[in-house]
Amino acid sequence: MNLIYNWMYYISSGGLILIGMYIVLVKTNLIKIIIGLHFIDTGINILLICIGYVKGRTAPIFSTSGINPTNVVDPVPQALVLTAIVIGVAVLALALSIAIKVYEHNKTLNVSKIKRLKW
Amino acid sequence: MRTRKIVSIIILLIIAGGFMITFSQIPFGKDKINVANYYISRGIEETGAVNIVTSVVLNYRGFDTLGEVTVLFIAAIGLGAVLFVEKRVQKHTSDNKEDKAKRASLILRTGSNLLFPLILLFGAYIFIHGHLTPGGGFQGGAVVASGFLLIYLAFPKQSINKKSSSVAESLGGLIFIGIGLLGLIFSGYFLSNFLPKGIPNTLFSAGIIPIIYIAVGFKVGFDLTGIIDDLLGRSK
Repeated sequence: MNLIYNWMYYISSGGLILIGMYIVLVKTNLIKIIIGLHFIDTGINILLICIGYVKGRTAPIFSTSGINPTNVVDPVPQALVLTAIVIGVAVLALALSIAIKVYEHNKTLNVSKIKRLKW
Repeated sequence: MRTRKIVSIIILLIIAGGFMITFSQIPFGKDKINVANYYISRGIEETGAVNIVTSVVLNYRGFDTLGEVTVLFIAAIGLGAVLFVEKRVQKHTSDNKEDKAKRASLILRTGSNLLFPLILLFGAYIFIHGHLTPGGGFQGGAVVASGFLLIYLAFPKQSINKKSSSVAESLGGLIFIGIGLLGLIFSGYFLSNFLPKGIPNTLFSAGIIPIIYIAVGFKVGFDLTGIIDDLLGRSK
């Protein structure tokens, strides 16, 4: 049980990253590849957050009494992830717009059927 | 296809092994705070914001946040450039059947009429209270954009006024940079917290942080709304 508790977050975030990489490497549909890229993004965000976690501590917001500097978690990864999520959404939208253009030019989203773009 | 699968799985197994070796060295849940100790212990008195994440994002690392807002802006511009159309194709087919088919359901229309102002209010609450509660300009902006997305889904023919939305967006960016330059004038370095800190844990505290977060909220909200508008504008 303790082993699962200690490794659950690393395993889930690493699993998300690996699933995303597998999708990017194997799938041929462009939309699925973009979904895979976003899987990697989400996995990295979860990984950063759980590296900053300290057991038994709370969020670094001193708005209620009883929270002092000795019982808060690391704020730096959270600050990183906070902006990374929005950037991830913007990059996802940009990738989807490029996918729309690719579909308009080639009438297919299958990357192995698009000429001059092979694995 | 099959060889590609096998090769990919082998590569991923190697990467997974690397992951395991790396993260077995980083114990989960142990205290590994080094750099952030300074922020945690000195953050409130130096910045006046009780939310340490906010004080890291906007005060200690304010310049990085300016860069990240710029990345979002460039992504929105790139999307607009990729999906550029000379003029929005507006077919004036007065076909009533098609019109009815294009209209969203009554539940969605009524619900979004009711919810849209509340979503905007919630988003504004999140980015105004960014220095007191979990939240801030990025999250609040995303909530505002989700409200606009709801309107786009419920009323397919409506669209935001592009001009005023881009004015609000540019104003957000200009306020961010302007406050940074004012800090350069008043206390010698870019984005310094030159306003009075106030009493921590009250709304009017933390100097420039709430102002910058409001600007970031407007910027992110209208950036994402513009992205939604560009993406939906092309759907035929």
